[in-house]
Amino acid sequence: MSAITLTINGESKTITAPPMKRLLDVLREDLHLTGTKEGCGEGECGSCSVLMNGELVNSCLVPVLQAAGANVCTIEGVAVEGRLDAVQQCFLEEGGAQCGICTPGMILATHHLLDKYPQPTMAQIQEGLAGNLCRCTGYKRIFNAVESCAKKSHA
Amino acid sequence: MRSNVSQYDLIAPGSLAAVLNALADSPGEFTPIAGGTELMVALGAGRLEAKKLVSLWGIPELRFIEVSEDAVTIGAGTTFTDLRRHPVIASDFTLLAQAASWTGSIANQNRGTLGGNCVNASPAADSPPALLVYEAELTLISASGARKVPYGKFHLGYKKTMLRPDELLYSIQLKRNFSGYVSYARKVGTRNAQAISKVAIAALARVHGGVIEEIRLGAASLRETPARLVATELALTRRSVDAELGPTIAAARTALAGECRPIDDIRSTAKYRAAVAGNLVEEFLRGL
Repeated sequence: MSAITLTINGESKTITAPPMKRLLDVLREDLHLTGTKEGCGEGECGSCSVLMNGELVNSCLVPVLQAAGANVCTIEGVAVEGRLDAVQQCFLEEGGAQCGICTPGMILATHHLLDKYPQPTMAQIQEGLAGNLCRCTGYKRIFNAVESCAKKSHA
Repeated sequence: MRSNVSQYDLIAPGSLAAVLNALADSPGEFTPIAGGTELMVALGAGRLEAKKLVSLWGIPELRFIEVSEDAVTIGAGTTFTDLRRHPVIASDFTLLAQAASWTGSIANQNRGTLGGNCVNASPAADSPPALLVYEAELTLISASGARKVPYGKFHLGYKKTMLRPDELLYSIQLKRNFSGYVSYARKVGTRNAQAISKVAIAALARVHGGVIEEIRLGAASLRETPARLVATELALTRRSVDAELGPTIAAARTALAGECRPIDDIRSTAKYRAAVAGNLVEEFLRGL
């Protein structure tokens, strides 16, 4: 077991866990942040996406010791003072969320994308979200949500 | 069945020297882990054999891209995202930039490293064909010193490399002398994005007066290691790519059939791989 300190959604946390425990499981089991979902558990579906030091990562493929000292942002850290942020609001308005399993990862991938390309092309949106699989929406409404968010932040 | 994580140990000494010392003190005991995009998948699936691992993530001495007038040296811990963001990789080594862009998703590119892609030694890996045709030179490092080896000699057999148990891949060097070459890369997978290749080719050629002066073909999933298609290269050297391409293509297909050893597996069949490889080489030749 290792004592590991990391910053989660702006708060410093110290947990004791096996060093190879997946960051995903530490978030869900040790920190009770169950917004991060497990889909495939092998880095293919993006359901467990979080931001680690600003970079999008699959938390199922991060041994928690490698997150020591890192700044991790999960879906719980996206809303501002209990109110949906712009990306979440656009997903809601455009019907970009249905069953909800892919949604936390989609929202974080969208943040990562819009940080890099504030006015993304459709090709950039598609590539930026290619690691996040959705089995409900057919993607169109998700792409609409990202476009709408980019448009709003530009206005 | 998922692995029981409490049976695994991971240390993160934090510096290159400390990692090398750990490897030297108990050779063969620790397996290095960088971005985890391979080993963590094995852990999740309950098939990670290594029980003690040493982390290479976050070691700054391994994550760099150094550019000089005649070469680019890439630290083994450089991520695919780092490669995609680098202007000299984009301008001088398009085959590598291309391979980086089709390795997994953005999240995987943010964690997966070029060194990991080489050392993991999958015959289907995306970047090795490019590194083979650029004739990359590797620096391997241990507590007792460093040695340089041509990347073409690194893979000894299926998932077997020349790395000693106390050694790490330190860097990958590419010479900047490909300005007169035509390049070609194509990966054929199940889908356009996020797929492991069924077969992939990276290629370079120098053509003068309608004649192939030099040609280099690097392949994924055609042999038990990433491999240059040397017989096909030889069959194509000095061949004409002017109006009548028929004999040139026929020579390439014959040589290729003689040297490729694809297999049947979950991703494809040997027959399909061999046929597609021929088509890819033909597509490259038609573009010259």
